[in-house]
Amino acid sequence: MNFDFSQDEKMIRDQVSKFLDQQSDTKVMRSAVDGDTRYSADVWKGLVDMGLTGTAIPAAYGGVGVGYPALCLIAEQLGAHLTPTPFSSSVYLATEAIIGFGTEAQKETWLPKLANGEIIGTIAIVETVEEVTETSIQASITGDTLTGRKLIVPDGGIADFAVVIAKSPGTMANSSLSLCIADLQHESVTRTPIETIDPSKNSTTIDFQQTPIEILGDQVDGWSAVRRIYDRAAILFAFEQIGGAQSALDMAVEYAKERFAFGRPIGSFQGLKHMMADMYVALKLAESNCYYAAWALATESEELPLAAATARVSATQAFQLCSRDNIQVHGGMGFTWEFDCHLYYRRSNYLTLQLGGLATWEDKLVSSLPDAA
Amino acid sequence: MDFSDTKEEAVFRTEVKNWIGKEAPTYLFKSLSASGFGSTRTGEYDPFEEAKKWQKKKADAGWACIQWPKEFGGRGAGPMDGVIWSQEEGIYSKLSGTFIIGQGMCAPTMMAYATPEQNQRYIPKIASGEEVWCQLFSEPASGSDLAGLKTRAEKDGDEWVINGQKIWTSGAHISDYGILITRTDSEVPKHRGLTMFFLDMKSAGVDIRPIKQANGDSGFNEVYFDNVRIPDAQRLGEVGGGWQVSLTTLMNERLAIGGSIATGFPEIKALVDDLTIAGGRAIDNPAVRSKLADWYAKSAGLKNTSARALTALSKGEVPGPENSIGKLVAGGMMQDIAKFGLDLQGLGGAIVDPAIADGAARLQAMLLRSPAVRIEGGTDQILRNIIAERVLGLPEELRVDKGIAFNKIPSSNS
Repeated sequence: MNFDFSQDEKMIRDQVSKFLDQQSDTKVMRSAVDGDTRYSADVWKGLVDMGLTGTAIPAAYGGVGVGYPALCLIAEQLGAHLTPTPFSSSVYLATEAIIGFGTEAQKETWLPKLANGEIIGTIAIVETVEEVTETSIQASITGDTLTGRKLIVPDGGIADFAVVIAKSPGTMANSSLSLCIADLQHESVTRTPIETIDPSKNSTTIDFQQTPIEILGDQVDGWSAVRRIYDRAAILFAFEQIGGAQSALDMAVEYAKERFAFGRPIGSFQGLKHMMADMYVALKLAESNCYYAAWALATESEELPLAAATARVSATQAFQLCSRDNIQVHGGMGFTWEFDCHLYYRRSNYLTLQLGGLATWEDKLVSSLPDAA
Repeated sequence: MDFSDTKEEAVFRTEVKNWIGKEAPTYLFKSLSASGFGSTRTGEYDPFEEAKKWQKKKADAGWACIQWPKEFGGRGAGPMDGVIWSQEEGIYSKLSGTFIIGQGMCAPTMMAYATPEQNQRYIPKIASGEEVWCQLFSEPASGSDLAGLKTRAEKDGDEWVINGQKIWTSGAHISDYGILITRTDSEVPKHRGLTMFFLDMKSAGVDIRPIKQANGDSGFNEVYFDNVRIPDAQRLGEVGGGWQVSLTTLMNERLAIGGSIATGFPEIKALVDDLTIAGGRAIDNPAVRSKLADWYAKSAGLKNTSARALTALSKGEVPGPENSIGKLVAGGMMQDIAKFGLDLQGLGGAIVDPAIADGAARLQAMLLRSPAVRIEGGTDQILRNIIAERVLGLPEELRVDKGIAFNKIPSSNS
């Protein structure tokens, strides 16, 4: 047994960390939250130049092909720096959808461009303010066009194309849902920014009006495909979450050492100490579950759905707790716009919802448990 | 990353499996499997005798304390082999509870501080279970504040004379020897006036009385010392250096206890799989599923955290205080699980008769025993202090007793 990342994987992480330390401090997210920029094009270009968009894309399709453990560690760093780029939408979701379900021709067409950052993708699922279900999807495919509205699409204002789930009557034996690829630059597509708790996520409402599409893959059951894409992406998002949780905890600890009250550093009070100890515990548990999930992802283990849900549940808990109590440790200062605490709080709560809320993942976890656990 | 055995590990596992398959006391399998939390069931057989028999059998074949050096009765195996052994020993490892303190805490302390001759005399018999050891640390007025202990040791020629009282000593009544921390100087700050010894528990003046615990069981004892004489040759470490010695013991305690910790998850899962609530299966209830997911994520997190610690150990790194999280998470979780499991059953959940209660009343036993888990071996609050100060580097608690001679420190009795 060896439960650790390899030296090469750690080296990639360190390079990414160094780059983001220099290029993506929280000012970058702040400018997105302030509404000055939609996302950081500079940081995105830097990530592309380092080849990170092709991390898990096989070399045959123009990628680097160093595999998923490395991608997990990259995700952890992006989460730690609150980097506002479309990396998660394009790499964990759109790219993975094509790798997992695209036809050979689609892989040859799309993957090299995704790998070299020439195009950016996203995934468009949600249509209402209710948790999405197999029967709630209304967008529909007729012939080779798509019509319907996707209410909230992360990175929808930046992406060049979207993988969209929609009804496709008569095309499938077992399901009426398909995935399709839609060009978001097409004139039939209307994109409207939508305000959310985390403005740096570039959330967008997208209307499709007889938009030309191509069906993704051959006879793919759209709903189970999304579930599978989400399971895998949940692991990468969980790494972003533990990265963010670590940064929020670090911020709390640093402040508690420097801020004095009643003649001593506030970090010497047990009320705050114990709060931060609990943040640390939640983070450690999540981190270890994430490591296990990284292994499941890399080896295509049968345990992937359970490992993914476990990592997702504990990483969600950890980031929510750390970002929430980071504000508490900072007291009044933590509630100012000027301090970064709210950036972690916003990001953690957005990420909690991005692939479906905590209850959804708790349910998935229990459904994936073996009978005699 | 790789979770499968290496080639050498696979060979070792087969060897272990074969030996256990041939030699394990299979006649105890059924009763051991029904053991509840905090109790080892051996059916019609005496648990202490069976534990000693199994331990001796392992020792004779070289399978006791396998990570210890050969001259001390071990086989010089690495930490990963230790894990493989305990995975394969499985249910029979419940028989080893009697020896945990001696093997996990006393022996490492002896190895670090006793003479080679003493170690040659005592350690192999700890490994073989022929002699049982206990740890005499806590006192009625010093638990979390261990360094505030009052049991006195006074030098008299080549001997020390001990007077005082220890408490919460697991297994003192079945122990042959113990390690004992005492105060030898009250004129210096508390940490500097302590000295460690080991002693024969049959020494004149040692009086052992079982404590009736809040859950009705009696696993612990009070031990009284009335002019007990210990030869100076049985001192461990310097006079006044007892605190350093105790840290060796306590560090090993964390490893021994934190390694494979029970959380109660399998018990609650088994309950909700079968239980009916409000006309449906409990496991289909969203509130139950939410709790279950949280507990599974925590117990998996602990398991995966110890797998990481093992990887670090096998690379020669020393596991740090971050391992304090195991008991901190598991203790509270057990208490919550027990409470929730009973709650799902309504008033019927109050029944402790194993013949009637679900799962032979193991959740009820867990409810009553789990408060102790949050106290023994470091309270939840002390563990959080350790994490905050030693892992996160937060400033120390303000201490009014710092730098003050022990006999000048305010206490409950003064």
